[in-house]
Amino acid sequence: MKTVKILGSGCKRCLATAEMARQEAARLGVPIALEKVTDMAEIASYGLAATPGVVVDGKVVHAGGLTKPEEWAKWLAD
Amino acid sequence: MSMPLSLRAAAPRPRPGLWIGATLAALAAWFALYWQLEGFSGWLVGLLPITPGTHLDEAVRFFAFDTPKVLMLLALVVFAMGVVRSFFSPAHTRALLAGRREGVGNVAAAVLGVFTPFCSCSAVPLFVGFVSAGVPLGVTFSFLVAAPMVNEVALGLLFALVGWRVAVTYLVFGLGLAMVSGWVIGRLHLESWLEEWVRNVRATAADLPPERLSVIDRIRAGLEAMRDIVGRVWVWLIVGIAAGAFIHGYVPAELLAAIMGRGEWWAVPAVVLLGVPMYSNAAGIIPVVEALLGKGVALGTVLAFMMSVIALSAPEMIILRKVLTLRLIAVFAGVVACGIVAVGYLFNALFV
Repeated sequence: MKTVKILGSGCKRCLATAEMARQEAARLGVPIALEKVTDMAEIASYGLAATPGVVVDGKVVHAGGLTKPEEWAKWLAD
Repeated sequence: MSMPLSLRAAAPRPRPGLWIGATLAALAAWFALYWQLEGFSGWLVGLLPITPGTHLDEAVRFFAFDTPKVLMLLALVVFAMGVVRSFFSPAHTRALLAGRREGVGNVAAAVLGVFTPFCSCSAVPLFVGFVSAGVPLGVTFSFLVAAPMVNEVALGLLFALVGWRVAVTYLVFGLGLAMVSGWVIGRLHLESWLEEWVRNVRATAADLPPERLSVIDRIRAGLEAMRDIVGRVWVWLIVGIAAGAFIHGYVPAELLAAIMGRGEWWAVPAVVLLGVPMYSNAAGIIPVVEALLGKGVALGTVLAFMMSVIALSAPEMIILRKVLTLRLIAVFAGVVACGIVAVGYLFNALFV
């Protein structure tokens, strides 16, 4: 089980990123616990400069802009 | 421009040569189409049952030529800027600005504000990310003023509709305004006027591996920007051009020149006060700017109006309220508004 956090204020791109996380995890057969983090103080504590951010098992793997399916394969692999 | 998109589906392996070739072909097609546009739209309007030389004819001609022309230019500029922006990122900009002295930092922040990908929905994380990573407050503000105001949509449209001189002047004065207003805010040392939680954020900058982008990724970034921005902006643009067409055809020049002409000293502060709470995309306001200029309204007055509409708006301040106290928002808006008034007066004095 991997913990995936999507950091973002709830903007369109953040929602799209969360949706992609769900889809890619289902496609790859990796069980994930998906959490959307909208609290600005918590988002800031990860040290991002842009949203949406993606945190997998406590590690920031992406900040700003849309994610790509290939990237999810990498993030969810190990 | 749709060619590379269909190629993406067809080609399983990335072939940079093909992408570059398709991009160049699309550019060539763009230029061929662009040069034919005026003749074509004139011919099209000629087919309509409108008496040439009437108000309606003037308004329709303006609309039928300007809409496709501006949409095409916008698509091109946004694509090019999308490719350029793929070389920048907020995290990289933050690393460049962190710990930078004021002065040099303000200049760098304003320039980077033009090139760094920025979306207003990201303004709060960006602000907190910058400040918590040691970017001085005034330098952060320089970035925050330049990023929305001096952008490719505003510059591209000014170039297309008003001419390169005004576009370049807007660029120079926009950057100058961002540098100076950020510097002034920095000198005031208002760090204690940030919201308390912002001052308490203790974060180390996230350590992300640098993205390695291929040529294809960069072209895709350009296409993505084009799809996203043109997709969002075209409605504004058409409303703006329609308003401009109305002014062109119907509003008497004497009226506007009397209200917003050069002689009236109060015109500049009045339009800035009017523009600050207003929000419009650059795409909505520039066709109006073009039409106003055509009616003899003073350039500085029009530009001051445009800057205040684009750079400061009620929605933006509501977003920033999460990180700034009301006092700091007031100082921010006040400093920037004064700067815009100064730019307006300066313009009116320079361009006689």
